[in-house]
Amino acid sequence: MSKIGTNSLRVDANSKVRGKTQYVDDIFIRNMLHAKILRSSIAHGRVKHIDTSKALKLPGVELILTYEDVPKHTFPTAGHPYALDASHRDVSDRNILTGHIRYWGDEIAAVAAVDEHTAEKALALIEVEYEEYIPILQAEAALQKDAVEIHEGTGNIIGCHEYNSGEMEQALASADFIFEQEYNTSIVQHCAMENHSAFAYIVSNDRIIIYSSTQIPHICRRIVGQALGLPWGRIRVVKPYIGGGFGSKQDVVVEPLAAILSLKLQGRPVKVELSREETFIATRTRHAIKSLLKSGVTSEGLFTARSGSIISTNGAYASHGHSIAGKCGDTFCVQYTQRAIHFDAVTVYTNLPTAGAMRAYGGPQMLFAMECHMDDLAKKLGLDGIEFRLRNLPEPGFTNELAGITDYSNGLRECAAKGKQLIGWDEKKARYFGQTGSMRRGLGTAFFHYPAGTYPHGQELASARIIVNQDGSVQLQVGATEIGQGSDTVFAQMAAETIGIPLNNVHIISEQDTDVTPFDTGSYASRQSYVSGMAVKKAALEVKAKLLERCCIMTNLPIHSLDTADGWVVFKHNQEKLLPIADVALDSYYNLKTAAPITADISHNTRITTISYGCTFVEVEVDILTGKVAIIELYNIHDSGKIINHILAQGQVHGGVSMGLGYALYEQLLFDTKSGKPLNNNLLDYKLMTATDTPEIEALFVETFDPTAPYGNKPLGEPPAIGPAPAIRNAILDATGVHINELPLTPQRLFEKFVQSGLIRMEARENV
Amino acid sequence: MFDIACYEEAQSVEHAIELMLAKPKARLIAGGTDLLLHIREGKLPDAELISLHDLTELKGIELEQDGTIVIKPVTTFSEVSSHPLIKQHLPFLGEAVDTVGGPQTRHAGTIGGNICNGATSADSASTLFALNAQLQIAGPSGIRVSSILDFYKGPGKVNLAAGEILTAIRISSENYRGFGGHYIKFAMRNAMDIATLGCSVICKVRDGNIIDDFRLALGVAAPTPMRCFKSESAVNGQPFSEELLLKTGQLAITEVNPRTSWRASKEYRLKLVEELSKRAFREAYQKAGGL
Amino acid sequence: MQTKKITFTVNGREVTLEVDIRESLLETLRNRLQLIGTKKGCGVGECGACTVLIDGETIDTCIYLAVWADGKEIRTIEGEAVDGKLSKAQQAMLDEGAVQCGFCTPGFVMSITSMVESGKQYTREEIKKEISGNMCRCTGYQNIVNAAERALK
Repeated sequence: MSKIGTNSLRVDANSKVRGKTQYVDDIFIRNMLHAKILRSSIAHGRVKHIDTSKALKLPGVELILTYEDVPKHTFPTAGHPYALDASHRDVSDRNILTGHIRYWGDEIAAVAAVDEHTAEKALALIEVEYEEYIPILQAEAALQKDAVEIHEGTGNIIGCHEYNSGEMEQALASADFIFEQEYNTSIVQHCAMENHSAFAYIVSNDRIIIYSSTQIPHICRRIVGQALGLPWGRIRVVKPYIGGGFGSKQDVVVEPLAAILSLKLQGRPVKVELSREETFIATRTRHAIKSLLKSGVTSEGLFTARSGSIISTNGAYASHGHSIAGKCGDTFCVQYTQRAIHFDAVTVYTNLPTAGAMRAYGGPQMLFAMECHMDDLAKKLGLDGIEFRLRNLPEPGFTNELAGITDYSNGLRECAAKGKQLIGWDEKKARYFGQTGSMRRGLGTAFFHYPAGTYPHGQELASARIIVNQDGSVQLQVGATEIGQGSDTVFAQMAAETIGIPLNNVHIISEQDTDVTPFDTGSYASRQSYVSGMAVKKAALEVKAKLLERCCIMTNLPIHSLDTADGWVVFKHNQEKLLPIADVALDSYYNLKTAAPITADISHNTRITTISYGCTFVEVEVDILTGKVAIIELYNIHDSGKIINHILAQGQVHGGVSMGLGYALYEQLLFDTKSGKPLNNNLLDYKLMTATDTPEIEALFVETFDPTAPYGNKPLGEPPAIGPAPAIRNAILDATGVHINELPLTPQRLFEKFVQSGLIRMEARENV
Repeated sequence: MFDIACYEEAQSVEHAIELMLAKPKARLIAGGTDLLLHIREGKLPDAELISLHDLTELKGIELEQDGTIVIKPVTTFSEVSSHPLIKQHLPFLGEAVDTVGGPQTRHAGTIGGNICNGATSADSASTLFALNAQLQIAGPSGIRVSSILDFYKGPGKVNLAAGEILTAIRISSENYRGFGGHYIKFAMRNAMDIATLGCSVICKVRDGNIIDDFRLALGVAAPTPMRCFKSESAVNGQPFSEELLLKTGQLAITEVNPRTSWRASKEYRLKLVEELSKRAFREAYQKAGGL
Repeated sequence: MQTKKITFTVNGREVTLEVDIRESLLETLRNRLQLIGTKKGCGVGECGACTVLIDGETIDTCIYLAVWADGKEIRTIEGEAVDGKLSKAQQAMLDEGAVQCGFCTPGFVMSITSMVESGKQYTREEIKKEISGNMCRCTGYQNIVNAAERALK
């Protein structure tokens, strides 16, 4: 029976429901110190003077490092593969600690003490004198000619790019309508339930061991080496189970500090565990992006021209920098066709927390603008939004030269048809037409696409190692990381499928240890089942071939007559059982003459990508007088190729949609508009949805088979987060006729827009 | 680890008063769901605590002979909402405290703490305002009783002198018998949130549709919880109608004084006052038996 | 440093400890008793990752002083599976695919357990309210609510 396309239970679920799974903070090392970071109480300036003398006298304080005590060279933090071409490397703009304050909460000093409480008490005793500058909190302010440079020599620009294709002026001239609109998204945070945490220690040989809650252990090793100016091989990074990442842990955040503290303390274990408040501001956020879209369309509803200009607000440090805006550019050109297209983007430093990778990497921002724009255009044209989108989709099998990607399987039209039918689009549209009253219903949709991995922009390398045990089970070791998405289970299914053994005979080693785990860049870009899956498949094929070879020696049967199935070597022609794989395995270990245990240790460099698709359909009810939006029905329909595991795939959609719903309706990290101080960096004031706020989420799949993928599968981890925000915005537009072009769609914002549009009448009040 | 310099457990109300007098800086702690957060935020360095957490003398709900319902302050929200006396006589108060935080918060947080920390957003406060609750306060010079309407002095400030402790919340029968009530907590989330606006209406209905003893109390509509007396007197004796609802909402906004913060603007809160007053009124009317 | 000697039961076993008055029960469970299944997610009683049952009720241990545990009966995730057999709530979480990263899972198991043991009936909306003090960023709660329904059957 195939192990692909099943509802197999997660390989780690049993230990997780019993609370046995160990995360970084569950691992106790004797004599461990706890470090706390002194964070700036201003958003922009310099430390003029720092005095740690009182703090050092506090009993229990073992070490205080300030920005004066750390290496002067800068390092990058983004979880990207290293680029051999220096011009493609990530921006290197960090020091482990800094005296140049670039956001409220910047890291000035660190105290290592016997416990957290003592470290915190010591922080309060450190005296800091600042030279304050005016915080630059808006991208526009950062881009002004006379703006203070947050990083010298940059003009506050981290990166910019543009592309043009076709004759823009002609294309615009041939349009029947030209429409231009600006759309804005907000700063949100990943809110993985486990905060960032790492500890470091040195046992022998001066090698630094770091346990970290990271999505990217091998990259982390390199970056810690860079940060400390040490050979990369001296760093060993171990990743146990992690409590969610969503991109915030696709960055190196706390590890260099833990490492340098331990190094300065002769290898004593030091832990840097961030509080929730710190995780909000001092790890990574999602870029707020302003998009100005301009389109020319014919009266038949076909694009002649599309133009997009975006400004991406990056915050204090580059992290992934302009890559997100780069991805926005790809997203912009791939989804629809036109005669001429223009795109330009700039990524800007500001005195806000650093934005980095977050689930769907620019997709939610760009497609919020694009999919709102689609409905705005359709409304102007008097066309149905679905129909307008369908008319402008590229033909299946297309190659997009600008993004360098080709479509190999495409179920988007089927997804749209399914969603339209499920939600009862035509019937409800007719029913809600011309509604009045204070409770109004509306329908909205958004289409989306998402490519697998980073190729051709980035390298896509993955590795897998399989060892056949004496009992015919296998150890599977991958560099790809389980972060909650279920990759361990999917890889185990793949190995079981290809080797021909039962799923529970695959023992996946979940922990990555850069000293022993084969190289893989990690969990991001929805790459693992597509890229790392290929490495697993290759290793499994090699193991299968070796098992059959040994069986041939054992039985004298020709290899082409044999196959494996469900733990047995079988005759290929009729699947008749020949020998248990366990017998072959035993022979490989203990045959006096020929013993040679069966292993495979391979890597795969993926030089192709494919595209997954989908759409969100939503029905909302708007309470006009309070501005509250209720989700009545929601469908996310995905073409993610062949689904390897349905229950896990649905889980990915539920979680991604939930994150998208938060982005649409609830979440926004807020800052004091003068000081840049965060206002709501905690889980009370940052409105992460609870179960009572979450509607029923229907996850459905249109299964295509992708020929470039190891098992026909395409990306799924990130795309579910894209559709909800534009779909809900479009449904509110449908219900009320009011265009709301910025996120989040909070009651306060809806109230303001409803007042502006006259939907709510505010009477003049005497004593108000 | 919380930044607590010293911790004492009160064995009785008298003991608590003694401890408070001996340690003038000390704070009373009951459920801790609020105070421990302040300590964690560093707002009370080297905190001195007097714990009432397990002081049984201050727990429970009783019905006195004359029909007065007595709620002891260290009764948790979940104990209040699930108590038979509350379910029978004050279901709308039970519903109000059932909107606090989430289940864990309601198992730990107490109704006395909710009032004594002086927050305008306290979910129990507006309903207790509507009920004209009397607060029994013990102190070095004995026991005094204060109306909850006189208890709040400002944001985070209540009328408790040195050595004083809230020992009972008393609701007399004329303030609850025959009333229907409804509380609306308007917040950004349906759980784990503080109110953007809290609105409590209780009223009686006679002759099928005549409103009697209408009471409208609001949280977050001003620096402290408040009653809308002007609206109340305009409604009393009137037959229930859509016009009356409209009038109530419009009058209510003339009595309140919400402020603009990053959470919500004054204008928006005013709209909520107008709208929620109407909605809570409609519900309360129906619960009071209105036709 | 002020301490207090307290006696309580954890998962049916009596424990006597000298606790620091500054300690949260979460710290006592994790650091003193090595009951690491109870997680710290926010420290302010919002996320519910640190939920245990105290005298049968769900409590956020990050904002519960350890000294208050004196005389109480405490249950943590570690006590829920008996002789390797998962509890109803655990089995339902497993079966419904309600587990992803697993960090919030122990807290949800405890909240669902308290529902199961209450003997009450819950509608889907009531279930959502009962688990609203536990946050999850991976699942959108969909399968967790399904798991609670299954456990309550």
